[in-house]
Amino acid sequence: MSKRKTERLLSLVVCLLSSQRYLTANQIRAAVPGYPESFDAFKRMFERDKEELRELGIPLDMGSNGPLDEELGYRIPRQEYMLPDIRLEPDEAAMLALAARVWRRAELAGAAAGALLKLRAAGVEAEETGQPGIEPRLTGEAAFGPLWEAVRDRRPVTFTYRAAGRSELQQRQLEPWGVVNRHGRWYVAGHDQVRDAVRVFRLSRIEGRVEFSGPRGSVKVPDDSDVRELVAEWDTQPVERHSAALKIRAGTGFGLRRWATSEQAGSDGWDVVDVPYSDLAWFAEHVASFGADVVVSEPADLRDAVITRLKGALA
Amino acid sequence: MTGPPARPPVRVSTSSDRLQRLLALVPYVVSRKVVGLTETAAAFGVSERELVDDLNMLWCVELRAPDPYCPIDLSYEGGEIEISQAESIDRPLRLGVDEASALLVALKMLADVGQVAPVPGLAENSALSRTIAKLEAAAGEAAAPAAQVAVQVDRNAEQSVAAQLREALASGRRVHLSYYVPTRDEATERDVDPMRLLVVEGRTYLEGWCRSAEAVRLFRLDRVLGMEVLDVAAEVPQEAEPHDVDRGLFQPSPEDLRVVIELSPYGRWVAEYYPCEEAADIGEGWLRVVLRTPDSEWVRRLALRLGEDGRIVEPADLAADVRREAAAALARYGSGTGGPPVSPGEVS
Repeated sequence: MSKRKTERLLSLVVCLLSSQRYLTANQIRAAVPGYPESFDAFKRMFERDKEELRELGIPLDMGSNGPLDEELGYRIPRQEYMLPDIRLEPDEAAMLALAARVWRRAELAGAAAGALLKLRAAGVEAEETGQPGIEPRLTGEAAFGPLWEAVRDRRPVTFTYRAAGRSELQQRQLEPWGVVNRHGRWYVAGHDQVRDAVRVFRLSRIEGRVEFSGPRGSVKVPDDSDVRELVAEWDTQPVERHSAALKIRAGTGFGLRRWATSEQAGSDGWDVVDVPYSDLAWFAEHVASFGADVVVSEPADLRDAVITRLKGALA
Repeated sequence: MTGPPARPPVRVSTSSDRLQRLLALVPYVVSRKVVGLTETAAAFGVSERELVDDLNMLWCVELRAPDPYCPIDLSYEGGEIEISQAESIDRPLRLGVDEASALLVALKMLADVGQVAPVPGLAENSALSRTIAKLEAAAGEAAAPAAQVAVQVDRNAEQSVAAQLREALASGRRVHLSYYVPTRDEATERDVDPMRLLVVEGRTYLEGWCRSAEAVRLFRLDRVLGMEVLDVAAEVPQEAEPHDVDRGLFQPSPEDLRVVIELSPYGRWVAEYYPCEEAADIGEGWLRVVLRTPDSEWVRRLALRLGEDGRIVEPADLAADVRREAAAALARYGSGTGGPPVSPGEVS
């Protein structure tokens, strides 16, 4: 079944590409082997075939050969079908081969492989040349596929979101502007339809399915929007600098000493170390992870936060 | 749509996949004039038998009207493919949006990587920007949506460390590393024979043969405290097996400790940061995860960090260990929370 269909589609492509003129459905039926005898059955099969070719990105043109032609016909315009000439130097081809591997474990892996195949077919020698010295990779995320499609096709989406630190799930309606991977994590930025504001969401916190909630082309991305910038702003909170006075048992707490602004060895086996920090909650957790090797002297709010953490671990 | 965060692409062979392959196969051969069966099969990721089936199908294409004719003529005698007549399909189909985007986003990511971890080719950036320009030109309209996807690599890794490593890799020399191991909270000193740089999940790593461990090890560049390129040639032994990046950098081993932790809504980040074997919602926003780690010390630190937002369920002795450590730490603060600190030295 599948072999016959492939044969038929292949002949159809060759037939429509070879012809300068628009071919009517009847002319196509006469030329391409494999279509059924009954005209109705042919029509149905031909419709499906056209759809399949369009899905592969094959441009299918409909029109007539002159004002006297009543019946519309089809052809594949060669100029639109074919990949324009592309010549790559060896160092450029090597970059391409490296780029195609970036997605190897993620959603666009198939697309990258397909692109490489077409470029190789165009004569590009994108062979993997030994050890490139560096291997970059992007990893996937369940919500990436549908969100990329939504961004590509300019469609709004809805999804269920679990914001950090909050247990209740939220239903979000978003006009997605772009998808960004920042420091290894995927985000989507866009216009939140309910809150009527620009919002950024982390893909790993989306639960369940991402659904399309509007037609293709219905999302307008503002010309001056920079999704990379939006995510960077969202990710980097304003940095406030504080300093903590810590007592660290000699020979321990190296993960804190790394950042110390001053360090004084004490006579009692405990060193007095000043460490800068910006986020109180995060730093308190970090200090707590050193257990009984580190004690906060100052400030009081940090001290209290560490004590709360430790009491929590005791419970 | 919930599933593991990363999964290898599954190759499903459908008739449309095969049609795409057939349409690429003809120009592939035409652009090379004569090309071997073996080489072509490898380039298309199929067996030679499948390739011969493809070639036969192409050769059999027949159009019946207005006059019957066979548009494609080819031969593969002696294992060499030659296409003498390719008719209209002698050029590949143009790139689709997904295809153009996949490559363009990746190329732009490489440009970003080049700025973080200078490597030949990426650093000079010229090959890269030339490739991007040529690809955009060839893709035409299909290139536009790629602008809506961006990848930004972590720049915390020290530029100077990356530059020195690049130099060591290029000249094949050994390096001395001062390296921070957070799970042991130690600065370690070791000699490493560099193998390559990896950029995975936004972080840059050195992969190398660690002469202390006598094994292949990964070093996160932002944990390198100091380094020196030694005047000694690197000797990466034959048996040094590089990590299979596509299977994930950190593969659990059967000897690893199995840890079950319950996480509050605030503690759920753990499941985002570390690969979990299992994760199940247990109500009120809590999540129960199963992790594998060779390192119980890491778990102990994680539990202390999580406080009330994480509960170790298994192993029980580790849970008891965490409580003991928390009690010892609290004792250093005295019984009240508001009073002046007891000198840490008074408690042992």
